[in-house]
Amino acid sequence: MKVAMRVNGAERGGDVEPRVLLVDFLRSNLLLTGTHIGCDTTSCGACTVLLDGEPVKSCTLLAVQVDGREVKTVEGLANGATLAPIQVGFHEEHGLQCGFCTPGMMLVASALLERNPNPTDDEIRWAISGNICRCTGYMNIVKAVKYAANMESAPKQAAVAGGGE
Amino acid sequence: MFPAAFDYRAPATLNDALGLLAERGDDAKVMAGGQSLIPLLKLRFAQPQLIVDIGRIPGLADVKRDDGHVRIGALVRHVDVERSKDLAKLVPLMVEAVHWIADPLVRNRGTVVGSVCHADPSGDWGSIMLALNAELVAQSTKGERVIPIDGFFEGPFTTTLRSDEIATAIRIPLPSGSAGGSYHKLERKVGDFATVAVSVQVELDGHKVKKAGIGMTSVGATNLKAKQAEKALIGHELKDDVIAEAAKLAAAESEPKDDIRGTAAYKKDMVRVFVQRGLKAALARAQEVRA
Amino acid sequence: MSSTLHMHGGIGESIKRKEDARFLRGKGNYLDDFVLPNMLHMAILRSPHAHARIKSIDTKVAGAKPGVIAVVTGELMAQHKLAWMPTLSGDTQAVLATDKVRFQGQEVAAVIAETKYQAEDARDAIEVEYEILPPITSPDGAKAPGASLIRDDKEGQKDNHIYHWESGNQTTTQAAFAKAHKVVRLHTFYPRCHPSPLETCGCIADVNGVTGKATIYMTSQAPHAIRTVFALVTGLPEQQIRIISPDLGGGFGNKVPVYPGYVVATAASLLIGRPVKWVEDRTENLISTGFARDFHMTGDLAVDKDGKMVALRVHLDSDNGAFFSDAQPSKFKAGLFHIVTGSYDIPTAHVTADGYYTNKAPGGVAYRCSFRVTEASYLIERLVTNAAIELGLDQAEFRMKNFIKPEQFPYTSATGWVYDSGDYPKAMNVALDKLGYDELKKDVEARRRKGEVTGIGIASFTEVVGAGHGAEFDILGLRMFDSAELRVHPTGKALLRMGVKSQGQGHETTFAQIVAEELGIPAQDVLVEEGDTDTAPYGLGTYASRSTPVAGAATAMVSRQLREKARKLAAHLLEAAEEDLVWERGKFYVKGSPERSKTIQECAFAAYTNLPEGMQAGLEGVHYYDPPNMTYPFGTYAVVVDVDKGTGQVKVRRMVAVDDCGVRINPMIVEGQIQGGLTEGFGIAFMELITFDDDGNCIGSNFMDYLIPTAWETPKFELGETTTPSPHHPIGAKGVGESATVGSPAAYVNAVIDALSPYGITNIDMPLTSDKVWAALRKAGVTE
Repeated sequence: MKVAMRVNGAERGGDVEPRVLLVDFLRSNLLLTGTHIGCDTTSCGACTVLLDGEPVKSCTLLAVQVDGREVKTVEGLANGATLAPIQVGFHEEHGLQCGFCTPGMMLVASALLERNPNPTDDEIRWAISGNICRCTGYMNIVKAVKYAANMESAPKQAAVAGGGE
Repeated sequence: MFPAAFDYRAPATLNDALGLLAERGDDAKVMAGGQSLIPLLKLRFAQPQLIVDIGRIPGLADVKRDDGHVRIGALVRHVDVERSKDLAKLVPLMVEAVHWIADPLVRNRGTVVGSVCHADPSGDWGSIMLALNAELVAQSTKGERVIPIDGFFEGPFTTTLRSDEIATAIRIPLPSGSAGGSYHKLERKVGDFATVAVSVQVELDGHKVKKAGIGMTSVGATNLKAKQAEKALIGHELKDDVIAEAAKLAAAESEPKDDIRGTAAYKKDMVRVFVQRGLKAALARAQEVRA
Repeated sequence: MSSTLHMHGGIGESIKRKEDARFLRGKGNYLDDFVLPNMLHMAILRSPHAHARIKSIDTKVAGAKPGVIAVVTGELMAQHKLAWMPTLSGDTQAVLATDKVRFQGQEVAAVIAETKYQAEDARDAIEVEYEILPPITSPDGAKAPGASLIRDDKEGQKDNHIYHWESGNQTTTQAAFAKAHKVVRLHTFYPRCHPSPLETCGCIADVNGVTGKATIYMTSQAPHAIRTVFALVTGLPEQQIRIISPDLGGGFGNKVPVYPGYVVATAASLLIGRPVKWVEDRTENLISTGFARDFHMTGDLAVDKDGKMVALRVHLDSDNGAFFSDAQPSKFKAGLFHIVTGSYDIPTAHVTADGYYTNKAPGGVAYRCSFRVTEASYLIERLVTNAAIELGLDQAEFRMKNFIKPEQFPYTSATGWVYDSGDYPKAMNVALDKLGYDELKKDVEARRRKGEVTGIGIASFTEVVGAGHGAEFDILGLRMFDSAELRVHPTGKALLRMGVKSQGQGHETTFAQIVAEELGIPAQDVLVEEGDTDTAPYGLGTYASRSTPVAGAATAMVSRQLREKARKLAAHLLEAAEEDLVWERGKFYVKGSPERSKTIQECAFAAYTNLPEGMQAGLEGVHYYDPPNMTYPFGTYAVVVDVDKGTGQVKVRRMVAVDDCGVRINPMIVEGQIQGGLTEGFGIAFMELITFDDDGNCIGSNFMDYLIPTAWETPKFELGETTTPSPHHPIGAKGVGESATVGSPAAYVNAVIDALSPYGITNIDMPLTSDKVWAALRKAGVTE
């Protein structure tokens, strides 16, 4: 079956069997290997992508279901050479060690910050409770998300301080 | 960990979907969110010839009031319940309970109706709907029928829905007067199925119980309704002794098995503990509504 | 990119990680990300039975499926003498089963096809006829009279016993027990769990038919050792084998062994002439790869009337699965378990250990265990807390009273370990202070009077890492040195290659920092590479917290070597005598005339452009470090829990962790390692379990059953530190990667046992799931 979708802002497509999982389509057909496979029971979240802005597990979606939709993977976070605030946050707060869960974590976090620009620790932990990390123990991931939240609100704070110019 | 091959159709209208099922329903599976079906396909526990994806059919994603009921369409996702201001007002039990379902990512895709039709005895929505006395709306090329939830579940993953039918909505009678509910779930971690879960919904007339619903998860071959416990509450005030008695009855009505999550004795006691806690919480909420 | 780019990056600086860039952009190079031209995919068929004879295997239908190139069975492997392979413990392990299957999940056949979907489709079509045999699922079952013989393939093997091993002194220990004032016994089971890194294991084997060179991309924590093993097993000449271990998505010991999939893929590539990729799924990873623990332990602690420990006696039965494949130094059968006297000055001890075959996956040494130190530490810390409770003593005081004192170091334990350095009372005091221990105890009493179930658990671990001195530590005979090769280029930048292999521990940053400190080249200018056996110097790999103690030491040594050559170059450039030069990190200057100086970069340039007569050009070197001793990191962990009387669920209210790993090279990275380990310890204590039913079916072979904590369950940690440098390590550092998994499970469990002790409960084996806690409370008459 033919599929066509927007991935990281670009029109992408392919011809796949209906049974091909979205994660395999991204990794094998589109060669976007930043989305990872960590389990076989929809349990770990390493395969998280954004589907029309909402974080979902791409291992539990068929590529054909996503025909005509919008997908964002980790490769779509940065703007050319400029890292997204969430990526800066993960770097500055040592929110990654082996890096395998990191793409999923960052995408979930970026979606969270869209809805809730100033989340509490608990709100962050709740939002990432579908994503497993084996390395970090999550504390620095929470810090990374807060760092990004502060980064994103900083220019607005500066504007307010300057009299709203 | 990849599905076996299958045909796939994503019909644009309900009639197209029903037509497909009329023809090939016996070898087909209907898919909405796919969060229960796709894992089964990947493990090859399910190998249907055809998947009918109803995800593109318009008109199925609404939450709306409908003649003393709230009607929840087949494509209403768990996350939609989480965010629904209407449901928070009309059926707060659902909004409390939805946070216990799977994990945030699965909730972004999975649907309420799909979950009920999947009929996992460890599923959450089934027991919540049993406590709410909901009914399913099923459509086929032969017409529409309404199926009360009590009796819908026949066995593990088996319901009275025919292979040519699609459940297009679930209807929940709106509680009247002061009403309250609660959901208690014992899970080992976020995303785990319930070891035991109990849904409670009560409606009060003054201080006395007018209507009571108690649904139980993971303690039988299907989600169960604790009918004797419910009956024992009608006409009584929710005092500690009444609550304790109902809790004991519900525990006796449950049919758990020994497994890795615990012994049957443990699970029965958790039913008792959760019915107690559940009724106390439901009472508190009902009193808030009144106040 | 980093806020710390301006920093020099020497020892003690928390510079941001240099390796982050690719991971943040989703450009990591994990095994499954590699695509080779003409590559095929392999899927493995595994046994559904725990113990069964293979009657027949029919691959006809499978072989005819679309896209299938070959179906490989044990019979075909046997023709190439590859049906069996040696293990890292000197046993043999089946690559593909020939006669019998010996655990559920064992490899039976493999399909090689054009796509992975096709390989899996065909795999389902292989038909195997089994004759089921009675399975053995525990050491007790293995020992039972009349038990079936699992390893009937081994000549001379008459039963299911693998090894007997002892340490310490039976005579003096027996004597001490005979006159002891009190003996406290604990019988406990450390259940089977699994390292379960988020990335599973896999390989791409590419045997070039023209050149004969085998390039094998492999998820391996020890690529050189594996290359040597491959050479011995396959007969391929070792210089024609190149193992490339790329970015690893976690390891925790899971990626040390040689798995059958690697051997089959290599044989398939050799026979077919195309690259073959094999990546296991999560179920395969949990059901068949190197598990951890599974030790049945009984400890007796003898105490005198003043509460001083006088003797320790421990027996353990080890459940090793169907093949003895522990990755551990060859002279030790139960790893370094005999560190079990822990932080305490116990004059005499005796340890006995017996290993058994069972019908389960092979393994045992894994999951951040420091070679079985996790098991030993768990036993002693549980036993000590139980003893304190039984004797009516405070847990912390009882430990303090019996700690090895700072002035006793270096300390020789009753089982022969020479502890290098330690200050246990200090770490304990920092922990108690952070906890607010005295106030907390009053609060616990107050809550208990209100009927709450709450408690405090303490664990003061000492662990032993940095294997190790070659005369004592070897894997299959390969001595456990490690290496660092440092090349400083004319423009003053450097390339550091090492024999270890990071799986997320931050080597690209940490080891650059050692060079930055010792040679003065900023960390940003030092590129660190590991994992390619064609380019990296020979080493024994990363596991058991050995990288900093051994390869880190090698890095310091080679940096100092090059610094000494640079001194000669500086002397030449400055026309001064070597002994008149002072080194200040990054430059040499003439004593008394600091304006006459040369930077390390200028010396590097001179090494290629302006040399003294007779000196070899270049500023490059390599060092193979043989550690004189192990290092002994330690700490005190304390946990506060609240137990729900109605459900038995446990909530960790506080978790304080004070660690001492000597000098910390990058404190940020060290803390990250500790936080991760505390989380794995939490998982082990409360939810992680691989178990088996009576038919040998594995329960815990996917993430629905093998439970890994999410951010929601995981407690917040309060970290503290003390610093007691290692006296023998070149920069005073000790290993730290595994301290938290070693020390924390007992802390968590001790807290629950403390909470339940008012009800007379003295033990619950891990994982402390709510049903077990409930059952203990009910038995004691406690209910909601």
